[in-house]
Amino acid sequence: MLKKALEIIGEYFLFLKKVFSKPAKWSEFFRKLIDEMNSMGVGSLLIVCIVAVCMGSVITTQTALQIESPWIPKWTLGFTVRTSVVMELCPTIITLLLVGNLGSRITSEIGSMRVTEQIDALEVMGINAASHLILPKIIAALITIPILIIIAIAFALFGGYITVIITHVSSPYEFYDGLTSFFRMYDIYYVLTKTTIFAFVLSTVSSFYGYRIEGGALELGKANVNGIVVSSFIILVLNLVITQVML
Amino acid sequence: MIEIKNVSKYFGERQVLKRINTQFEQGKVNLIIGRSGSGKTVMMKCLIGLLTPEEGEILYNDRNFNQFTAKEKQEIRTEMGMVFQGAALFDSMTIEENVMFPLTMLTNQSYDEKIERVNFCLQHVDLAGSNHLYPAELSGGMKKRAAIARAIACKPRYLFCDEPNSGLDPKTSLLIDELIIDITHEFDITTVVNTHDINSVITIGETISFIYQGNLEWRGNKDNVLTSDNEKLNDFIFAQPLTQRIREKMK
Repeated sequence: MLKKALEIIGEYFLFLKKVFSKPAKWSEFFRKLIDEMNSMGVGSLLIVCIVAVCMGSVITTQTALQIESPWIPKWTLGFTVRTSVVMELCPTIITLLLVGNLGSRITSEIGSMRVTEQIDALEVMGINAASHLILPKIIAALITIPILIIIAIAFALFGGYITVIITHVSSPYEFYDGLTSFFRMYDIYYVLTKTTIFAFVLSTVSSFYGYRIEGGALELGKANVNGIVVSSFIILVLNLVITQVML
Repeated sequence: MIEIKNVSKYFGERQVLKRINTQFEQGKVNLIIGRSGSGKTVMMKCLIGLLTPEEGEILYNDRNFNQFTAKEKQEIRTEMGMVFQGAALFDSMTIEENVMFPLTMLTNQSYDEKIERVNFCLQHVDLAGSNHLYPAELSGGMKKRAAIARAIACKPRYLFCDEPNSGLDPKTSLLIDELIIDITHEFDITTVVNTHDINSVITIGETISFIYQGNLEWRGNKDNVLTSDNEKLNDFIFAQPLTQRIREKMK
């Protein structure tokens, strides 16, 4: 078991070495990068916004129910919602959502290319298939996912604000006051660092599981599941580590 | 010319290729024949460098492929064209983009030069006008022909075809065979074809290497394949009722 895990880790780093090599044609690389950014960013925007609004709304309602006390300042609701959403909920929950959405798409795409010998076709042409296919995906994920998380944060806070207006659990002015209180720029650095690392894990682990498929459709399904499970596990562990280190 | 000297390939304990010696000549269609699981595809994958044999040498014009540096391997691969069993066309690209892809990646030609070459290749495989179709919109035979067009786009010196007739009707198979032999003669390339199609064997087999359980059992050509006294080869060639009847008539 341990031996197999170590073998897979070693294989993963060899795979990364192969991926991070100079593209055969820069023009083709940038064309693929734009395509990937479009499909990852625009393709995931709607679901990310919907989940973020719902999450912001729920966390506002829940927090408001927990802090109904005259001793607690009115701005606490906005402050708590902002802190939860910015620091933990959006970076982690939205990334886990993207693991299921983008990660499985990457594994399926690369895996089906492997199964149908399209990757072999690239290798026979003298093209580094790993770099040609996967490097644009990784760079696109590193650029797109942090942007998606920032957008998700904005939508989650907006969802909270709308909930306050509709349910009257607090006054909109006090909620807004809480949202803008004690703002630290460091929190944004923290979120961006975290999401960039998560994006790297999501894109590389998903691609790795797609690239190493041997066999047919059954293996493709297994690789998809493994990619999602392993990416999610690593992201949750890294979340703990990064939180301990940076805060 | 490609020469194989004492090539052995193992998967774990199992030896799939057993000290194979053969050669594939320039300007000819060289067939590798044998039953499913005999080691034909493994041999072809060793030839193109997708697998590395544990023993032996693969010589491209007297230069050992397995001793090439990564850069040299990449260079010689630009001189190879490969038609995979399932065609391996890129799903997300049109036929035109598929054929243009190696030109874009491996040459510095302008768009006009590339499109001219693409149209020439598509015309050659009788797919003129199919430029904007996607692989999913093509029949099996058209996919194979598109794969041949992509394989010859960069004017390769070596063309490899892995079971180009599998899954095709006899008439389309014949068209593919004719196309392969025409291209080989016209461009004077070294063509290696993996097949177990008997029609191909007797129509285009200018040299034939028969693999049986990982051994090179027989070497010859289409003129003597039907008259050989090698039992294993005869079992393979005359396995079908139709070929058995031909054999009886020949006797």
